[in-house]
Amino acid sequence: MAECHPVGFQWVMEAKARGATLIHVDPRFTRTSALADVHVSLRAGSDIAFLGGLVNHVLQNEADFREYVLAYTNAAAIVREDFRDTEDLDGVFSGLDTEHRTYDPATWQYEGADVPSVAGEGDEEFEERTQAGATIREAARVEAHGSGGAGVSGDIHTDETLRHPRCVYQILKRHFARYTPDMVEQVCGVPPDTFRQVCELVTANSGRERTTAFAYAVGWTQHTVGVQYIRTASILQSLLGNIGRPGGGILALRGHASIQGSTDIPTLFNLLPGYIPMPHAHADQTLESFIEAEGTVKGYWGNMRSYLVSLLKAWWGESATADNDYAFDYLPRLTGDHSTNETVLAQMEGTCKGYFLMGENPAVGSTNAKMQRLGMAALDWLVVRDFALIESATWWKDGPEIETRELRTEENGTEVFFLPAASHTEKSGSFTNTQRLLQWHREAVRPQGEARSDLWFTYHLGRRIREKLAGSTDDMDRPILDLTWDYPVHGDILEPDAEAVLVEINGHDARGAPLSAYTELKGDGSTTCGCWIYCGVYADGVNQADRRKPHTEQDWVAKEWGWAWPANRRILYNRASADPDGRPWSERKALLWWDPEHRRWSGPDVPDFQPDKPPDFRPAEGARGPDALRGTDAFVMQADGKAWLYAPAGVVDGPLPAHYEPHESPFTNPLYSQQSNPIRQVVKHPVNRYQPPGSPVFPYVTTTYRLTEHHTAGGMSRWVPYLAELMPEFFCEVSPELAAERGLEHLGWATIVSARTAVEARVLVTERMTPLTVQGRTLHQIGLPYHWGPNGYSTGDAANELAPVVLDPNTHIQESKAMACDIRPGRRPRGPALLEFVRDYRRRAGITDETGMEM
Amino acid sequence: MGRPRDALTGVAAGRRRRRGRGEQPVVPDAQFTSYYGRPVVKRPVWRTLDIAGYLFVGGLAGSSSVLAAGAHFTDRPTLARAGKITAAGGVVVAAVLLVHDLGRPERFVNMLRVFKPTSPMSVGSWLLSGYGPAAGLAAVSAVTGRLPRLGTLATVGAGLIGPTITTYTAALISDTAVPAWHGGHREMPYVFAGSGASAAGGLGLLAAPVWENTPARRMALMGGIVELAAYRLMEHRLGMVAEPYRTGTAGWLVRASEALTVAGLAGAVLGRRNRLVCAVSGGALVSASAFMRFGIFKAGVASAEDPKYTVGPQRERLNARDGSGIGRV
Amino acid sequence: MSQVSPGPPRMGFFTDTSVCIGCKACEVACKEWNAIPEDGLNLTGMSLDNTEKLDANTWRHVAFIEQRKPLAFQEPGVRHTGPVPDLATPPAEAPMTPMTPGEPGDLRWLMASDVCKHCTHAACLDVCPTGALFRTEFDTVVVQADVCNGCGYCIPACPYGVIDQRKEDGRAWKCTMCYDRIGDGLQPACAKACPTESIQYGPLDELRERASERLDTMHAAGVTDARLYGDDPNDGVGGTGAFFLLLDEPEVYGLPPDPVATTRDLPAMWRHAALAAAGLVGAGVIACLRSS
Ligand SMILES: Nc1nc2c(c(=O)[nH]1)N[C@H]1C(S)=C(S)[C@@H](COP(=O)(O)OP(=O)(O)OC[C@H]3O[C@@H](n4cnc5c(=O)[nH]c(N)nc54)[C@H](O)[C@@H]3O)O[C@H]1N2
Ligand SMILES: Nc1nc2c(c(=O)[nH]1)N[C@H]1C(S)=C(S)[C@@H](COP(=O)(O)OP(=O)(O)OC[C@H]3O[C@@H](n4cnc5c(=O)[nH]c(N)nc54)[C@H](O)[C@@H]3O)O[C@H]1N2
Ligand code: SF4
Ligand code: SF4
Ligand code: SF4
Ligand code: SF4
Ligand code: SF4
Ligand SMILES: [Mo]
Repeated sequence: MAECHPVGFQWVMEAKARGATLIHVDPRFTRTSALADVHVSLRAGSDIAFLGGLVNHVLQNEADFREYVLAYTNAAAIVREDFRDTEDLDGVFSGLDTEHRTYDPATWQYEGADVPSVAGEGDEEFEERTQAGATIREAARVEAHGSGGAGVSGDIHTDETLRHPRCVYQILKRHFARYTPDMVEQVCGVPPDTFRQVCELVTANSGRERTTAFAYAVGWTQHTVGVQYIRTASILQSLLGNIGRPGGGILALRGHASIQGSTDIPTLFNLLPGYIPMPHAHADQTLESFIEAEGTVKGYWGNMRSYLVSLLKAWWGESATADNDYAFDYLPRLTGDHSTNETVLAQMEGTCKGYFLMGENPAVGSTNAKMQRLGMAALDWLVVRDFALIESATWWKDGPEIETRELRTEENGTEVFFLPAASHTEKSGSFTNTQRLLQWHREAVRPQGEARSDLWFTYHLGRRIREKLAGSTDDMDRPILDLTWDYPVHGDILEPDAEAVLVEINGHDARGAPLSAYTELKGDGSTTCGCWIYCGVYADGVNQADRRKPHTEQDWVAKEWGWAWPANRRILYNRASADPDGRPWSERKALLWWDPEHRRWSGPDVPDFQPDKPPDFRPAEGARGPDALRGTDAFVMQADGKAWLYAPAGVVDGPLPAHYEPHESPFTNPLYSQQSNPIRQVVKHPVNRYQPPGSPVFPYVTTTYRLTEHHTAGGMSRWVPYLAELMPEFFCEVSPELAAERGLEHLGWATIVSARTAVEARVLVTERMTPLTVQGRTLHQIGLPYHWGPNGYSTGDAANELAPVVLDPNTHIQESKAMACDIRPGRRPRGPALLEFVRDYRRRAGITDETGMEM
Repeated sequence: MGRPRDALTGVAAGRRRRRGRGEQPVVPDAQFTSYYGRPVVKRPVWRTLDIAGYLFVGGLAGSSSVLAAGAHFTDRPTLARAGKITAAGGVVVAAVLLVHDLGRPERFVNMLRVFKPTSPMSVGSWLLSGYGPAAGLAAVSAVTGRLPRLGTLATVGAGLIGPTITTYTAALISDTAVPAWHGGHREMPYVFAGSGASAAGGLGLLAAPVWENTPARRMALMGGIVELAAYRLMEHRLGMVAEPYRTGTAGWLVRASEALTVAGLAGAVLGRRNRLVCAVSGGALVSASAFMRFGIFKAGVASAEDPKYTVGPQRERLNARDGSGIGRV
Repeated sequence: MSQVSPGPPRMGFFTDTSVCIGCKACEVACKEWNAIPEDGLNLTGMSLDNTEKLDANTWRHVAFIEQRKPLAFQEPGVRHTGPVPDLATPPAEAPMTPMTPGEPGDLRWLMASDVCKHCTHAACLDVCPTGALFRTEFDTVVVQADVCNGCGYCIPACPYGVIDQRKEDGRAWKCTMCYDRIGDGLQPACAKACPTESIQYGPLDELRERASERLDTMHAAGVTDARLYGDDPNDGVGGTGAFFLLLDEPEVYGLPPDPVATTRDLPAMWRHAALAAAGLVGAGVIACLRSS
């Protein structure tokens, strides 16, 4: 966190100044470790075992916050009789469809609940035709569940004594029983002493009076089991009562500036603004059936119709009427998994012919960068909008494949357009940060030369397309021609007014007055709203994101700095900061309480609850939406109002986390005979060959990461001398022991090899890298910062040449944090010799096109 | 400014220490540490040829003016003329060297913006701007025979300012954090004066006929002996910081200088009646002086480049002051 | 009613290295604000420090020191057994990032942002022949670029090796304590950028008080090797305007343990130089005496 979120880290330092203990769990001793009280070095890719060990510690010692667990989690819920755990099936859950590499989650449900129709109205025939079967449906739905909770409905059976063998609590206890300190040592390489210390620190710091927070970023997500990492932390935090309370939570430290904003108003293929799922071709024919399938009966997702209709009204205005289902048919439809890597495959197959790269440098930043380049080389046209001539714009003349003669410039058929982009200082707009906080920024200088903002580009591109289509009678053109594309522009470059976009996002009522909360949204077409969770950012006609009242001039929640979605609420699920009766669990940690006199929830934060719903509220029979939640159902976005210790739906690779080895691991799984996540997404392709598990040819674990001094694929840092000079070259970090074992010299060169290719890096030998003892064997890990590429001022090989495309099935995130590899002294071969060098490795490891494809 | 974030790291963890170390051990600093062997102070950025050359030429010129004045008034015209010409030539060369090091001539003008007694370079610049015209005038008058009265006045002036030109440069280099220079700040002026005198004497031996060269020989003798003695004293006082004077380029320059001085003095005394021996001895003394200045210069640079010469003595001083070194330093 | 308004108080830095996270934001902010040229690409092998030192083009420099020493009760989570190279080993000769020898399994990583000390007795300023270096109303030491003639005298004069010559223009450059910001009531760029308030800027008196409290807290908490550096007005430079809280000996960070402004000895030097010069005159007189 000190490395990648140094500004955010100031608050960690502030917490430390107030006595907080800081634990850092990371394979490497980093700048964060330097400031931590405890650093736990573990094997990359083993955190589920580590966290699972913590969960087991809590359960075995009954160290959970029992009142909280009973009131706010689904610990008491009873699960269907036909559910089978990894304990019963040696590492997999019931419902595994080995043919399609998916799970059918039906058996995971609560007893008495209806099976959620995650897929909507299925269209078997269509799915057969598109071959992808259930994966498509699953792939495209889970992000929505992540935010909104999967649907559960019906009468859930519970056992408040937590003794029922099929209650969640007991299932949990059995499931995690094998995650003992000894197993943690076997899997993670963490000595029992250190592990026990962490257990003690975490449990001692949780409960009524104290809370523990977890902060994570991509060290936890970039795994084939990334979502399950977070699930394990969620279980732990829910058991310890650390969610919805000040100083608690699981904080996803996000990436790019406003990457949070770009999931809220998404750049993802499967989501509409506000985490509304993208409809599927055939499956979602009408607005009604779509809402039926995607909305939930209880909780805030019960109002999905209001959110969606308001969105359609914002986009298509007058053209969206009750008669045409509010132009629901204008929405594009998914026909499959259109995530980045699928798109690249489609490019190589020739079905995807054009590509916009706006603010992305996949030729360096995406795993198996060669695949990305080969995809682009098969395009008809490519548009790159960036500050500098990044690798993704120049691969056709100087990319690694030109050197190896796999591609020839003269033969390249892709027409490449490079358009200079304006930077954030050259345009106005908002950033949405990790805390869901929107902060407005204004243009400080005019864009230089031809550079234009992305807003300018998108608006004027749309305008020109609409001009070209004007007068068309083809129905296909209606969605574009009917768009509300009427943003005011200013200045000589005709820059669209960013604030006008914010106004549209906020939405307005029938009279055109800005709305102030999403609770005002209507499903009858009388309101508009570009993103329901952002509704209120322009309340009272004021840009709430532009507020800058210093924290010294307001209370500690500082509600008047910027604006947080939803409803300017700073801590989500904050109803859980009070006990079931509405009294704060402790005075120290008071955030929200029921004020019986005024019959309202009161406190410094905005309640994440219906403000006047008393703690003893019981819903009426047949109530829907938020009204169906009880006065103690703190987790209002969940259909049952509970924090899920066990996920009966919504997570495609299992209701509970289980430790699986990384797809490429030098070890076999000591916990189950199931080696890796059975439904991880694999890609079978000649340039994406996998290594066999446990191969002695690739005996080391490599992890990739960031340096404070550079940014991601380097487009914003490798070209900047002030940053480049701070970290001038691509390097690898190794321990002195590994250096001795492989004859690596400090500041000399090393070649790191995987089944895909080899890269060269300067060697930094440092004791910050430590050997671990895993399953009785010494394991060396190699650290590779992934910022470099051949272009720019500071150059070097890209770490992503090494990494495979293998993905988490929920989020399609690549496994770039744990791979197996070899390292040897010296520079890598050049030109075609490199290909032969790697082929030799593949031969030695016995790699075929089937390697790694097993479940 | 906000409140400071007084975070404490490592205090909350309660690491189970082997051997029950609760308190941190006060590790005795047995050996010398540094930041990756990097220098602590900056080495002088002056170019060796320019500034070591300047030290030598200035010393030679200044001392020559003294000898020239003496010769002038004791009626040794050749010796006097040689001294005056050397001084004037020396000033010109010195100025060229200075300007070369500064890069542009007009930069020298900035030297005379202020007068700062705390800056030997400022003082030197003012001295030089007084000395230069005097030495020049003295030489011109001596060579042309014109303006004899003014020439005499100039000779006196140059003879009086000359010694300061010879010795101020000792203060100049000693007034730096360069360990091998500053450590010798007491002896350095005598080394410089001695070396200058011996060089001036040497030049006199080289230029003057045998019947006129007695003052030169005496000057060389007095200078050479003072130089050798003062240098030895300095080396002794420097302790471990004398090392750079004994090693590397500086080491052989200094040794060569000493040898040449001894040889030159011996030659000057023993071969006093032989014009050639006198000339050769004189040449040896002049080069000895040059070698000494270059040696001192190089030793200074070497001492600045190795952190042990900065840290070592300071650490010793500190430890002598308060045993522990922990706490406030 | 004419009353001389007292000047602003002496302003300074307290750099508390115990909270530095080594992000180098200070380095970059300084370069940005002062439009300093880049310093070249050079992977040094000195931990994560690739700028190496303070010089004409680096006015803030963050040092990184890897040590086999405990940081209070910190659990570093590493397991090494072998011997380690000495910290004084230049990285070119070291088989790994040089460490301080110590107990295997101990590891701490010190980071510290160094800067011009703005000495009370500033040798650089004293020796500057042109007056380019001057003391501001904030009691800081600043070079006027248009006056500096590149004589280079200040460079070896500085006991901390701070000020340096820029090859391109021959002139001397160093931290100005953002003279062009603090006059407008702004914080220096480096302090402003520092996320953890490792760099604290303010009136020196206040900073000294705060630092001494901080030191007491740290000692009480068991961080016994914390010490202040440069806060003592009786030290060889009369105390510094930028002082530090360090966790090890100054020399470990590349700082001189007992710096002295050499101009302190200047009177003695002048005395000796004058004596020597007088001696030279005397020698001249003696040399020219006619033996009777
Ligand atoms: N300076 C800087 N800041 C950035 C960025 C940048 O490029 N430069 N990028 C931004 C972006 S886009 C993002 S997504 C965030 C990412 O922020 P982070 O997630 O903090 O970034 P990383 O350095 O990729 O990974 C974090 C750490 O995970 C560790 N790690 C690797 N494998 C494992 C594992 O299996 N388990 C555990 N526990 N740890 C593991 C690595 O050693 C590394 O130290 O940073 C953002 N901030
Ligand atoms: N091995 C490995 N691979 C990884 C990761 C890892 O940890 N390890 N991390 C992954 C993560 S979390 C991420 S986020 C990705 C990042 O990977 P990419 O997104 O591919 O890389 P960036 O360098 O961030 O690309 C952003 C580009 O946008 C440009 N840019 C900046 N602002 C603007 C703007 O306003 N408009 C336009 N048009 N362009 C702009 C920048 O110059 C830059 O070139 O890498 C992923 N890849
Ligand atoms: S670069 Fe921006 S987002 Fe990242 S830490 Fe710095 S201020 Fe925060
Ligand atoms: S640290 Fe050096 S440059 Fe800075 S004021 Fe002191 S003597 Fe001058
Ligand atoms: S280099 Fe410039 S600042 Fe330094 S002493 Fe010379 S004139 Fe003064
Ligand atoms: S005070 Fe200003 S000039 Fe000095 S280091 Fe900080 S940013 Fe640079
Ligand atoms: S900005 Fe602050 S925390 Fe970052 S390196 Fe500089 S002093 Fe350390
Ligand atoms: Mo990211």
